[in-house]
Amino acid sequence: MTESLRTLPVPTPETQHFWDGTRDGELRLQQCSDCQHTYFPPRPFCPQCSSRDVRILVASGRGTLESYVINHRPHKAFDGPYAIALVALEEGPRMMSNIVGCEQTPEALQLDMPLQVTFEDTGSDIHLPMFTPTGASS
Amino acid sequence: MTGVAVVGAAETTQLGKIPDLSQIQLHADAALNAMADAGLKAKDIDGIATAGSRPTDLAHYLGITPTWVDGTAVGGCSFMLHVRHAVAALNSGQCSTVLITHGESGRSGIGREGFARAPASLSGQFEMPYGPMGPPTLFTLPVLRYMKDYGMRPEQLAMVAVVQRQWASMNPRASFQELITVEDVLASKMIAYPFHLLECCLVTDGGGALILTRADRAEDFPQPPVYISGTGESVETPMISQMQDLTSSRAFSVAGPAAMADAKITHSDVDHLMVYDAFAHLPIYGLEDLGFCKRGEAPDFIWAQNTAPGGSLPMNTNGGGLSYMHSGMYGMYAMQESVRQIRGTAAAQVNDVNISLCLGVGGMFGAAGCVVFAKEPG
Repeated sequence: MTESLRTLPVPTPETQHFWDGTRDGELRLQQCSDCQHTYFPPRPFCPQCSSRDVRILVASGRGTLESYVINHRPHKAFDGPYAIALVALEEGPRMMSNIVGCEQTPEALQLDMPLQVTFEDTGSDIHLPMFTPTGASS
Repeated sequence: MTGVAVVGAAETTQLGKIPDLSQIQLHADAALNAMADAGLKAKDIDGIATAGSRPTDLAHYLGITPTWVDGTAVGGCSFMLHVRHAVAALNSGQCSTVLITHGESGRSGIGREGFARAPASLSGQFEMPYGPMGPPTLFTLPVLRYMKDYGMRPEQLAMVAVVQRQWASMNPRASFQELITVEDVLASKMIAYPFHLLECCLVTDGGGALILTRADRAEDFPQPPVYISGTGESVETPMISQMQDLTSSRAFSVAGPAAMADAKITHSDVDHLMVYDAFAHLPIYGLEDLGFCKRGEAPDFIWAQNTAPGGSLPMNTNGGGLSYMHSGMYGMYAMQESVRQIRGTAAAQVNDVNISLCLGVGGMFGAAGCVVFAKEPG
């Protein structure tokens, strides 16, 4: 496949497990073994209690649309206006993503609508987590 | 009272489009104007602070041999943090006269340093792949959440720009001076839904500089001193997606109350307010996080013309980043307007300004700096 025109992430030792996970179809968060705080983005310690005793938690992939904008300026990786979204994951953390399998309009993108993760192969060893409305045909 | 005062303040001679000056010369032009305002030469300055360029570059370029240097760079409010740090340095005797400079060739891009996000940084990995194109697509992201949670209408967001244009219409140095209506704002080009062009800041060239000394020396300068009554600072996150609460800035909520407590003032003491307005929602967040309005009530407060000319809380009286100027790091211009209002030299002068509160943002809700300026030493 052709390589994505997106700006692609360069994993670091602290984030490699996340990007290995997306390639395997898993959305990997982290959870503190001491205080049970679930967090994102990745780091090898708990941002709530500073414990280094943390483990990977595979997320359900379910979330809701917390906020977004629809960018109207042209971007080489997108055809026409596209939404940049903030997704509230079921486990608590929030992440930026795109909403796929859905019109990129205010009417189609209703706040708090349920979403499910899907992974897009960028053609360069990186699979990006994206979200699609639950029940939408994909 | 911090025991420190502003004794020199100036912007670049020109504002707007300045293709014949590089970024470092914009710093220098503002610095030279501020030194002239204070009756000082470079040899009189022994403390330097700047952001956007390195303090090393500025000290060398201007001919300053500092004993105190601050290069804190947390975005557009960095200069507010410099003021706070200068207060501590002046009071501890690390230096006696501090110059804080800003210069930015935001529009013309002459000699400007880039600020691309490294693809291995957290924002490079977890935000940039999804297509953000700078502040208009990032800073704006929390607003739909605010609108749904508090029932803010698009017309209310638009009113922020309308009110600020009223102030700008009285300011000959403002980039945009023609009055606009809510309908004009909503009919302007969609940039990033729900933000229209007129709800986004300008992109211009310019600079500004402040000179600070201890208050016990401040009466010896040509201009009436403007006293630093209180300061506050904080940071939250380099990633808008990781804000603690999409409807409130944690950094505002820390820095603002800290500055007011430092100044020993309450809301009713504030005669004039500046809230850094890179986009139309910032004054709304600022009014609520500072405690001037309850949660969800700032849109109605602005809609009712309370921050407009003649209102109870004049805000962003230079026209703000939406209408006056915005080079990229606007915080310096907000403080310049606070100084002018206290001195009584503003283009749209408010009557009897004794206390001016100035709140700045850095990054996209990433940082905050707050300075309370006062006419009296306290």
